[in-house]
Amino acid sequence: MSRMKRLIAYRLAVIVGVIALLEVLCLTGAIDKITMQPPHLIARDLYRLLVSGRMNGAIMKTLTNTVLALVFALGVGVIVGALLHRRRALRDTLDPLFATYYAVPVFAFYPFFIVVFGLGDLPQILIAFMLGVVAMIVNTLNGLDRVPPVLLKTARIMHLSPIDTALRLTLPSAGPYLLTGAKLAVAYAFIGIIGSEFILSRGGIGYEINFAYSNFDNATMYPLIVLILLASIAINTVLTRWEQTLLARRGAR
Amino acid sequence: MSEHPAHGGRNALILIAVLVAIWQVTFWIVGDIALTSPVATLRYTAKLVTGETFGMHFFDTMRAFAIAFALSVVIGLLVGFWLGFERLSGDVLEPMIVTVYAIPKLTLYPILLLAFGLGLSAKVAFGVLHGVIPIILFTLSAVRNTKPILLKTGHVLKLSRPQMVRWILFPAAIPEIFTGLRVGFSLTLIGSLLAEMFASQRGLGYLLMTGIGLHNVELVMSVTLLIVVFAAAVSTLLLQIDRRLHRRA
Repeated sequence: MSRMKRLIAYRLAVIVGVIALLEVLCLTGAIDKITMQPPHLIARDLYRLLVSGRMNGAIMKTLTNTVLALVFALGVGVIVGALLHRRRALRDTLDPLFATYYAVPVFAFYPFFIVVFGLGDLPQILIAFMLGVVAMIVNTLNGLDRVPPVLLKTARIMHLSPIDTALRLTLPSAGPYLLTGAKLAVAYAFIGIIGSEFILSRGGIGYEINFAYSNFDNATMYPLIVLILLASIAINTVLTRWEQTLLARRGAR
Repeated sequence: MSEHPAHGGRNALILIAVLVAIWQVTFWIVGDIALTSPVATLRYTAKLVTGETFGMHFFDTMRAFAIAFALSVVIGLLVGFWLGFERLSGDVLEPMIVTVYAIPKLTLYPILLLAFGLGLSAKVAFGVLHGVIPIILFTLSAVRNTKPILLKTGHVLKLSRPQMVRWILFPAAIPEIFTGLRVGFSLTLIGSLLAEMFASQRGLGYLLMTGIGLHNVELVMSVTLLIVVFAAAVSTLLLQIDRRLHRRA
């Protein structure tokens, strides 16, 4: 068995072990019923919940808002990153902002946005956008920094148009870093939407979890939490694989 | 960025001036229904901070944050050193920890509330959940990236494992571990505040949510300003120390 396969087998063993432990603790009553249901019941409830279609509206709402915020974060992030790359002074001025940005609790702005824009989708999308956009800007700058200057010189000698230069040289060189930014932006957009739904909102999966918690409805709350965990882990795993393939192809690692 | 420190300070000042200017202009455009001006907000903040209930909320947040950060550091360093030493455990668990980093942890908070009950311990647990991961990951990579020659010297001197940590690994890994602590500090603060915003009867996060309930724009803006200024100031300070440590290494 190769080393990679062995590691994956160990990881699966850890996950199965944790679930089995929870199952035993729940069945023996070490974890009482009000706190948590045994994992096999959570799995059953999740299946029933998805089949019943009761949560389809909430799932669609969360997904739509996440995708909207993500599209804006990626678009604005790449454009701002590309513009800043040419303006050294502006970039230096903004450097303290980028350096401390993720140390500031962006969610603290959520109440303020609700006060300004009302309790609709906009404050949530803004929070998710704010969380994601800076990761995209910083990684775009990082990627553009790593385009070898000799390639750009070659492009000038060969009289390539700016569009050709961007598509044939800049994008392949900066690609892996753009993908890193996009991966972070996806995670942040998801965290932003779910988080703000959870804190205060009128719909979405985050709201449903909060609602179920307030009503001691564990049969709804735990399956939804598991659903979100599975979704974010799946997305993150796929993007990380892709990122590693790109980096390996470019020989960066 | 390896820029001159004085330039960094100048850039920060310019940036603050621009942000305040944008705030003032937005206020002129939007008006005082949804927004308060910088001056009015500062005036209200001064009144709020000297008021009698603010101290209670502030200390409640700070207490939860301090306990959470202390726990994050202890657990993070222990687990980080362990996973750094034990190659196999590290390889198995590191990607799993990275994945936990990217999930919306706020959804886990109801579980913590059910397990710990509404109060300080749930808040602390949530802060630790945020802060411990970067400390583990940075410590782990710091231990692994220690120069082999240093470790060989330790083996030649027949150092025991605790001595190895104390005299070789720790000094060599300090810059990177500090980066982990810096990120962990910020995330623990975010975690503690988020916990208060969701379910709590005290603390700055709670104060923010009361502001919405009462539609008290001044309160919301003042507390947001305080949190942002505190987080940005501390993180700038830690970043300076961080960069100095890395330059010396």
